[in-house]
Amino acid sequence: MDKKGTYRVKSGLAEMLKGGVIMDVTTAEQAKIAEAAGAVAVMALERVPADIRAQGGVARMADPTKVKEIMDAVTIPVMAKVRIGHFVEAQVLESLGVDYIDESEVLTPADPDYHINKWGFTIPFICGARNLGEACRRLAEGAAMIRTKGEPGTGNVIEAVRHMRMMNEQIREVIAAPEEELMTMAKDLGAPYQMLLAIREHGRLPIVNFAAGGIATPADAALMMQLGCDGIFVGSGIFKSGDPATRARAIVEATTHFNDAAKIASVSEGLGEAMSGIAIDTIPEHEMMQNRGQ
Amino acid sequence: MIVGVLGLQGAVREHVASLSRLGIESRVVKTTDGLDGLDGLILPGGESTAISLLASDGFMSRLRTMASSGFPMFGTCAGMILLATGIEGRQSGHIGRIDITVSRNASGRQVDSFETFLDIEDIGNDVPAVFIRAPYITRYGPTVRPMASYKGQCVMAREASILVASFHPELTDDTRIHEYFVGMVRDNEI
Repeated sequence: MDKKGTYRVKSGLAEMLKGGVIMDVTTAEQAKIAEAAGAVAVMALERVPADIRAQGGVARMADPTKVKEIMDAVTIPVMAKVRIGHFVEAQVLESLGVDYIDESEVLTPADPDYHINKWGFTIPFICGARNLGEACRRLAEGAAMIRTKGEPGTGNVIEAVRHMRMMNEQIREVIAAPEEELMTMAKDLGAPYQMLLAIREHGRLPIVNFAAGGIATPADAALMMQLGCDGIFVGSGIFKSGDPATRARAIVEATTHFNDAAKIASVSEGLGEAMSGIAIDTIPEHEMMQNRGQ
Repeated sequence: MIVGVLGLQGAVREHVASLSRLGIESRVVKTTDGLDGLDGLILPGGESTAISLLASDGFMSRLRTMASSGFPMFGTCAGMILLATGIEGRQSGHIGRIDITVSRNASGRQVDSFETFLDIEDIGNDVPAVFIRAPYITRYGPTVRPMASYKGQCVMAREASILVASFHPELTDDTRIHEYFVGMVRDNEI
């Protein structure tokens, strides 16, 4: 009678993370700093996106030793990344007992055409999306949580804003459209028709949607929350900054009190140096992580 | 009647939706001021460490005072941890107004999360229950009434005006548990 790995159990954990901040960590020590700052989960990685971008080469799933160290260090949920389409890396992470798998464009894709069939796993998956079509395709593949792709490792929020606004706009169109236009919309968006029906029924994306990719300051986090995200991922923004513990706490506070400008002002004071950041138009097209796995 | 839902983090909108299905007005509360004029408060699931860090000292002490004076509160999952007097592996509780000890993440990691049906005293049989990295009640005091168990573990309890559950009724369409809590709020008003 008990059922594990149902969609309700998978998406249920995402519901519990809403309004919170999920932080990239590369060591047990960083994981403890994140937990003490009020993170709702950590993402276990070998290198943060900024370093992956700087160092190049093939980025893969983290060493299981590292993932286990981080799982042992904290009581909050631990997520970890697999390469797009690399279902064996996902099988490995599931066997380690991580709480969520991010099939992520931050790592080098393993399959040029296909994502993982996520329905086959007990463990839930999160995937990135730049627009509604991508979000709906990932959900139809079994993802139980979505995040904007943004442009990871840049400390530049513009792409996350672009993706969130795009999704909001397309959701509004789907909800407002007369029913006879829906099939053509599904075709144009590349989104399964049934997913569009679910969006109309709920009046929003029927699943938790976080912001990710370039968030570096408390104001960035609050901006994404005011645009309608359910929560925040901070990758390189915390542990590439001058004072990670203080910045982490400030981003958590700003995410909770995203409508309270005075509060955001007070937590933004004296945070030290933010990560330096990269202008998007200086990144060559082939190095744009968001274009991977559409 | 207005029932508040603690809105610092977690499954806030689901509780609001459950209350709305019962025709009950609700308000999401993030600060001490928001507590004024409420008749009851739901503490939702989320991450208990994050929620307790986000609640200021003044907010927590106000919640303690309210809970002590018979103000009805209902905690699910992380909310139950906030209301327990004892938490295994920790020196002290957070709000600490129901005489139970809880073991955090006792049901295991996410791969072990599950859904099932429970028979709950005073509420009914076959109530759908979603357990997500759920805490269990490992001890309860003499004035606490256990209401439901799962494989011998206590997963729902009540002491006076405080109701707690290990699982998430707000993730299902079944409103019997919310209805029971609304009844507690109504009794308190009379």
